[in-house]
Amino acid sequence: MLILDCPYCGVRAEETELTPGGEAHLKRFGPGSDDDDFEAYMFARKNPKGVHFERWRHAYGCGKWFLAARCTATLEVFGTYPAQTAEPPADIVDKIRARRPDWTLT
Amino acid sequence: MKRYSVFAIAREAMNHHQGWERAWKSPVPKASYDAVIIGAGGHGLATAYYLGKNHGIRNVAIIEKGWLGGGNTGRNTTIIRSNYLQDPSAAIYEKARSLYETLSQELNYNIMFSPRGLLMLAQTHHEVRGYLRTVHANNLQGVVTEWITPERVKDLVPIINIDGPRYPILGALYQARGGTARHDAVAWGYARACSDMGMDIIQQCEVTGVRTENGQVTGVETTKGYIGTRKLGIVVAGHSGQVAEMAGFRLPVESLALQALVSEPIKPCMDVVVMANTVHGYMSQSDKGEMVIGGGTDGFNNYTQRGSFHHIEETLRALVETFPMISRLKMLRQWGGIVDMTGDRSPIISKTPLGNCFINCGWGTGGFKAIPGSGWAMADLMARGEPGPLAAEFDMWRFREGRFIDESVAAGVAH
Repeated sequence: MLILDCPYCGVRAEETELTPGGEAHLKRFGPGSDDDDFEAYMFARKNPKGVHFERWRHAYGCGKWFLAARCTATLEVFGTYPAQTAEPPADIVDKIRARRPDWTLT
Repeated sequence: MKRYSVFAIAREAMNHHQGWERAWKSPVPKASYDAVIIGAGGHGLATAYYLGKNHGIRNVAIIEKGWLGGGNTGRNTTIIRSNYLQDPSAAIYEKARSLYETLSQELNYNIMFSPRGLLMLAQTHHEVRGYLRTVHANNLQGVVTEWITPERVKDLVPIINIDGPRYPILGALYQARGGTARHDAVAWGYARACSDMGMDIIQQCEVTGVRTENGQVTGVETTKGYIGTRKLGIVVAGHSGQVAEMAGFRLPVESLALQALVSEPIKPCMDVVVMANTVHGYMSQSDKGEMVIGGGTDGFNNYTQRGSFHHIEETLRALVETFPMISRLKMLRQWGGIVDMTGDRSPIISKTPLGNCFINCGWGTGGFKAIPGSGWAMADLMARGEPGPLAAEFDMWRFREGRFIDESVAAGVAH
């Protein structure tokens, strides 16, 4: 069972309390962007076997959206952080590097 | 290859069963092939089989990371149906279903195809309208389905509760020639036929890279060395994204866990397949007597081949309400597989940005039923380099161009 700490209300929530929201840190491309960017934004989600950044909502709790760093190959959770960030915070990146020395942020 | 027959059983019975051959060989890979297929699951093996049978391409290797049929081919709930809404889907799934009808005879291998009939229950008025639409579409497509009343549902499935308080049965979409087959046997039967045609099935051999030259594929790096090839087919379901990345392109696919479970075996009590998409569960009874149960996928990316426990509870809760008699059944086994989901919930059978490299993926939660049709279409694509009529709409550029084959609404979620 997946357990994530909500960075807003501090509740340690298991997954029935949470709603998954897909890839985090999406760069949005709209009118005026070229076809490749728009297609990638709409459909080509990252699908790594390993470290993945995701949006989650504490749906049956405080209701807030937050972000999580997780490994899709082992279900290990590296940490959660508020959604108001454009990229993973340094402490999360450090935690991942400590556990996955070969990993690079792309 | 010695044929399996009643005479072979009699002959071997006299001979202490000493004369049975291995069903397929385990060869050492050659330096190069005319075609290499990555993935010896149902779809990969069917692709190889039809490459040989329909197109005469027999210098083929099928490379498998684990063991033959050990991925989603051996993990699904074995349901076969073709009652899809959109024309391209109905065409390829009906092709598959019709090939299943005679596959045992064709492969000389009993795949235990059992066209026992399949019901998709309508439990909301929205679903009633949706399935009526599907019935009309199917009739135009030449797929035989009908709309049946709750009383007829009760006749076909005596153990069902048609007037539950929350989700009464309002009718059902019925495909009389839908049913089940033995999933492992489909892979084994194709493997035996491929091996008999001289193809090499190479198990325990993981692809680690794709070698290219001037935008054309030239071979694959594997844990058993380099294997050259003129054509490459990627048929790896949940790991399609990984292999596509090695080949230098990205797919509109996400990998999720889908799980299934079986109960303890009980006496025969249900001789059709029942799917209930509103409450999200589906059930059939295997020949061993186990109730085979499936539900929905998890909502987050996952490669672990195990799903979230609460899905089991949700699925069983829904099914207990629909089939009250199963409430005291013990569940025996539960397992998961990694399904490759596309945005429109339809598969991808396509050329790729890499020359002579082809991909067959995105079958998501509903791949088993499609195996023969998928192999047929993929073989056609690989042999001619251009998609035939079955695969024409399923290219990977349809997302960019907005030509979705939208089965996410039509098929709901369960397959």
